[in-house]
Amino acid sequence: MKLLRSSGGAQTVVILSIIVMFAVPKVLSEFGVMQATLFAAVAIFGLSQGFVWGYAGIMSFGQAAFLGIGAYTYAIAAINLGNTQMAALLAIAVPMLFAALLGYFMFYGRISDAYVGVITLTVSVILFELMNSTSGSQYHIGDAVLGGFNGIPAIPPFAPPGKPDEPLDQIGVWYVAMSTLIVAYGFLKWTLASRFGRVVVAIRENETRAMLIGYDPRLYKLLSFVIGAGIAGAAGAVFATWGGFISPTVFALTMSAQVIISVLIGGLGTLIGPILGAVAIQYLINVAGTQHTIDPSLGLGIVLVAFVLLVPQGVVPVVRSWIARLSSTSRTPRAKTAKTPNASEQESRS
Amino acid sequence: MDLTGLLAFNVLTGIATLALITIGLGVIYGMMRIINLAHGEFMMLGAYTAVTASTAGVNIWVSMLILPPLVVGLVGLVLERTIIRFLYGRMMDTMLATWGISLGLIGLITSIFGNVVKSVQMPVGSFAIGQYHVSAYSLVIIGVGVVVLSSLLLLLRKTRFGLILRATMQNPAMSASLGVRPAAVYMATFALGAALAGLAGGVLAPISGVSPGMGGAYIAKAFITVLGGGPAIIAGTGLAAGLFGFINEIVSFLSTPVIGDIALLASAIVLIRVLPQGITGRFLRRSS
Repeated sequence: MKLLRSSGGAQTVVILSIIVMFAVPKVLSEFGVMQATLFAAVAIFGLSQGFVWGYAGIMSFGQAAFLGIGAYTYAIAAINLGNTQMAALLAIAVPMLFAALLGYFMFYGRISDAYVGVITLTVSVILFELMNSTSGSQYHIGDAVLGGFNGIPAIPPFAPPGKPDEPLDQIGVWYVAMSTLIVAYGFLKWTLASRFGRVVVAIRENETRAMLIGYDPRLYKLLSFVIGAGIAGAAGAVFATWGGFISPTVFALTMSAQVIISVLIGGLGTLIGPILGAVAIQYLINVAGTQHTIDPSLGLGIVLVAFVLLVPQGVVPVVRSWIARLSSTSRTPRAKTAKTPNASEQESRS
Repeated sequence: MDLTGLLAFNVLTGIATLALITIGLGVIYGMMRIINLAHGEFMMLGAYTAVTASTAGVNIWVSMLILPPLVVGLVGLVLERTIIRFLYGRMMDTMLATWGISLGLIGLITSIFGNVVKSVQMPVGSFAIGQYHVSAYSLVIIGVGVVVLSSLLLLLRKTRFGLILRATMQNPAMSASLGVRPAAVYMATFALGAALAGLAGGVLAPISGVSPGMGGAYIAKAFITVLGGGPAIIAGTGLAAGLFGFINEIVSFLSTPVIGDIALLASAIVLIRVLPQGITGRFLRRSS
């Protein structure tokens, strides 16, 4: 019953996104489409954080590391190979490999949640410092000069399969970005509905109990972490092809902070929440960027503190519980039956 | 021979720097189990205090060593009362809230001072080790590091305040029943940690550029040193700073400072894989 309802919700989200995908180029100017593409990229990034944190319960404070690795991989591979589809695939695969290595150390070391946060944060700081220090022409991978703090300019835009010489224009990039978002959303919904996804959520809820039933939390956490990294890498590839430019600031802590704030605002344990949260925060940052009296960081910081203190579960779960409360007051019999599972849960807890 | 001396001196300086930037975080984490992500920004505030005071004509030593811990300690006190105290026991939420504080402080200082690098004049010159000239200021850093760690050890081990502090951290309910107010102890501990971070910022201001984002350069090293150190605050900080500082300086000497930083962080991740409880989680368990 619950599964049916949630998959119905997923279908609605997918249909709405497809409508948005085709409507935006008709309604907005080319500049507007460019803005919308950035929103799609941060929404994909938000999904990755939302999955890793909200469903697998992994406190990744350095998700920007995978975004950055994906973006840099796309840039370097596209410049060297000239084949942008291969570059896009690598931009997903390389962050996954990196996440597998890092995750092995973290999850098989059985370090606590807080330490995972600190280590992921540290890794993104390392990568930031590393890429910043690569200024000068001696630092290059193949034909791609890494460029230190100035980053890599003139990244070839994505070209569709079969037409390597006809790179996409801004509107084409929008379609790619939006399709990536929809595919990522659908993939995560499917994963969560599968047996694997249920175990992942079970481990988040009670790791010891899941372990006693016979699941290995380390493996499931590692796999979830790797999936999240792949999606962040895809966001990175979209980001790189969107701007045609990438610099070490993708690894910066503000990038990780932005996506964490997005997920927190949108709602933990939902997928639509992080998407909406990411778009809202990016919009706020864009607005803040047009004035110069208040620094954007100040606004982000205040929003983060306010949400932690006042709405720690995020907007989407709060709205959902309002709707549930409204519908349960209008239809009382349902509310009565809904009480039973709660009662049995309390019994089993005590 | 001269080279060995120089290298030894640099290693000592590196260890002292690492211990200084870590100890404030170590006090807050070790005592209160709060991971303070605004630690780097507390250091940044300390450095800005030093810059502002020294340009206003205050004696350089006073503006580096006295004012930053006072100012930042006060800031820590206010933040603990207004934000942190509502989140005790919710580790993730305190991490997020302190990250929000960190962003807020960066934004606030950028709005006031602008996103430019300021500097504090070096108060002392240099001296020679054989044929090499080294900064005498490194001696100041080593001195401050030794004084801070040893006085903190005395404070925790030999004073009544330290006894109350340790008792409250071990068992808040029991110490409350003996007449201690745990809330006041938490407040004091957080302020103490903030003050130590401020001191580190003030001391390091002359050798590092002072900018709103400078905290980010230290935060990763400080965290990893606290985790590597383990549960004993002072012994852990000292040992982990010793190990990581040594690795950092040697690798920096053989290659570049950036590779040195990377070697530090990578060795720390491996250490945590091998010793998840940190060095003092395994050895020297009875120290503090």
